[in-house]
Amino acid sequence: MAVIGAGPAGLVAVAVARQYGIETALLDEQPRAGGQIYRNIGAADEAMTAILGPEYAQGRDLLPSRDDPGRHDIFGASVWQITRDGGIYYSHESGASALTAEHIILATGAIERPMPIPGWTLPGVMTAGAGQTLLKNPGLLPQGKVVLAGSGPLLWLLAAQYGRAGVDIAALVETTPRANLHRAALKLPGLLREGELLRQGRALRRELKRLGPRHFKDARGLRAVGEEHVRALCFTVGGQEHEIPCDLLLLHMGVTPNVQFTRALDLPHDWDDVQRCWRPRSGPGGATEISNLRLAGDGAGIVGARAAALQGRLAALAVAGEMGEAVANAVAEAGNELSRRLAARPFLDRLFAPGAECLDPPDDTIVCRCEEVTAGGIRDLAARGCRDVNQLKALGRPGMGPCQGRMCGLTVAEVLARSLNLPIEDVDYFRLRWPAKPVSMHELAMFAEAEDA
Amino acid sequence: MPDTSDVIIVGGGLHGLSTAIHLAKAGLNTVVLEKDHPGRHASGVNAGGVRRLGRHLAEVPLSVAALEVWENIDDFVGDDCGFSACGQIQIAETEAELAQQAARVEELRTLGFEHERLIDQAALRQIVPALARHCVGAIWCPEDGAANPYRTTQAYFRTARSLGVRVELGAAVANIERAGADWQVRTVRDSFQAPVLVNTAGAWGHRVGRMIGDDAPVEPAAPMLMITERVEPFITPVLGAAGRKLSFKQYGNGTVMIGGGQRGRAVPERNIAETKLAGMGNSAATVKALFPQLGPVNVVRCWAGIEAIMPDVIPVIGPSKAAAGAYHAFGFSGHGFQLSPIVGRLLCELITEGKSSLPIEAFAIDRFDNVQSS
Repeated sequence: MAVIGAGPAGLVAVAVARQYGIETALLDEQPRAGGQIYRNIGAADEAMTAILGPEYAQGRDLLPSRDDPGRHDIFGASVWQITRDGGIYYSHESGASALTAEHIILATGAIERPMPIPGWTLPGVMTAGAGQTLLKNPGLLPQGKVVLAGSGPLLWLLAAQYGRAGVDIAALVETTPRANLHRAALKLPGLLREGELLRQGRALRRELKRLGPRHFKDARGLRAVGEEHVRALCFTVGGQEHEIPCDLLLLHMGVTPNVQFTRALDLPHDWDDVQRCWRPRSGPGGATEISNLRLAGDGAGIVGARAAALQGRLAALAVAGEMGEAVANAVAEAGNELSRRLAARPFLDRLFAPGAECLDPPDDTIVCRCEEVTAGGIRDLAARGCRDVNQLKALGRPGMGPCQGRMCGLTVAEVLARSLNLPIEDVDYFRLRWPAKPVSMHELAMFAEAEDA
Repeated sequence: MPDTSDVIIVGGGLHGLSTAIHLAKAGLNTVVLEKDHPGRHASGVNAGGVRRLGRHLAEVPLSVAALEVWENIDDFVGDDCGFSACGQIQIAETEAELAQQAARVEELRTLGFEHERLIDQAALRQIVPALARHCVGAIWCPEDGAANPYRTTQAYFRTARSLGVRVELGAAVANIERAGADWQVRTVRDSFQAPVLVNTAGAWGHRVGRMIGDDAPVEPAAPMLMITERVEPFITPVLGAAGRKLSFKQYGNGTVMIGGGQRGRAVPERNIAETKLAGMGNSAATVKALFPQLGPVNVVRCWAGIEAIMPDVIPVIGPSKAAAGAYHAFGFSGHGFQLSPIVGRLLCELITEGKSSLPIEAFAIDRFDNVQSS
């Protein structure tokens, strides 16, 4: 069994499979296990773990406690193609390799939703996720004044982590509309069932109050300004203009499933209208329409680390079950816990639903950074008759750069659908083809074959 | 009541739209039925080669006439279609390949065509200094070049509509019947009627052919293309090789497109084409052999499009064999892009004058009558 992605879902899937004696391969791009949430967990020292907090420290429990010859962890491996018959192709420092697995669990996690405000491509503007990545490894703290802006739990968490580390946070600017809170309130009972999450949220808010950065809520019309480098974040609250000088601006608008692999595999995807993202279709145990391929964790729909771990458990149990193991009790137990963990999602999804800023940016805002296509450029093409994102890609080049639309795919579709006044399902999503990541000629040439007659 | 017109064209790719443009200019009321949108398959996702070099002898007169249109493509469709006469070159890696190329150039010359020129190693190195040193010579067509396929398709589409052609999108043809002397074509939504029917349905051309009683052995295939990351400009012409499957072109933005016939997997039932790693590997190996310095360069994107390949790799162009008032142009076998301006003109001549101004006998649909249909 092969698992792609060594975050909570992948790590638990491997651990469970090993309990049943299933030989495993675990591949991940990073040099160590942990995924995004527990990045570098095996190497973080006490001081850093204290800054990152107790939720981060929980990741240690997922690491293997001893050497295990049936477990093959391959780190620094960038997987760029998988096939329906179980082939996995990847690059690592010594070149390209391939392996074949009877079962594959895709645990490729989430990516940050881009937040294309005017000026977001200026040097000195990054995503909050990138800021947190630098904090976890190599332990970099930003110098100068930092502004965090956007919406989503990561924004609070990073503000608290920076606060603990003594970073100068000039402001926390939340764009979450008040209306979201009203919509989310209807789903409060679910949140109350997931007590741990509620406690964590409250503790974070208390901590933020104590740390005391300026806190703006319901901010609108965000703009990063500066010439060579970001100088300030401008926005309005209740009609009043604000300009907060900063040296670093960190933006965040929640996370969405990373669908590059499931799209390239041509699996069916469903539109999530609350979270405004595509989710690959999967059933119990993460089953997909490809019989030997399962999904687990945020890659199948945003669920958070604890639920992702349970999905990893369920996917591995399903594989063990197919191999004849008696797993019914374990499946029922994990399934119950998962539904409790998921009870809070409707509340969170509604509270942190992406705002209009990032779904309908002004004309001069760059949407596709690789090919420098603006929102206005997309609207022009829509006016000239483009009906779906693949036509748009062919004509205007958004999504044609090295990231293959991973960054801009959702925004391009939102802008096009709004210009045409169509449901987003009608404008579709970029057709993706292998390789899912850039691969060198040297590496590709290793897979040359004698030509068919 | 069915929609009535003078001509119904099935297939809104480049050949269908070119035919529609010529017919509209001749004053005929024309409807194009397109199952997806223009440029969804071969017309939009090909390599964009505007190439006379290396054409099958039967295609040469058409290709030469087509280039004359390409050189002023703005006059035809009101857009430069991204055309640039950057030259096309076909390299020889051995003396034996060069000897074959010399014979080819000589054969064309005896037929009255002088666009292909044989050049030696020194001249080749001057034109493509970055090429591996073992290459011994080439055929060189400096007036040939490349254009942007999707932009071209859109320009054809706009021009056709501006001339009053109705292009129905999402109009997959369900069946075709006779209604008196007319053709009646039913799509998923509507019904269309006209005395003349044109089949420019590409990889689906044989299916439309069968609906009117013509059989042709089309094999749907999926030629693949790869695009590299941006690199410093190092080559101007489009480069092919006598002994390898290769079409190689660097764009103005620095990316390099690599194609040339490595095939993916066509799945016409699902309307998609998948890439195949072995073919991408072969292309990469070819690139490394001819441009070793590109070894570390990343391929950032691959794609494949569905195209119709004929057993003799030349298209079907001409009247139906089975039925009066029907015409075909499909099965361009991976090299129909350059021919699109001229094929529409010839079909228009067939429809309005009953004859073609250029020889098209070699493309008759009945040439497969003794061939087992696939």
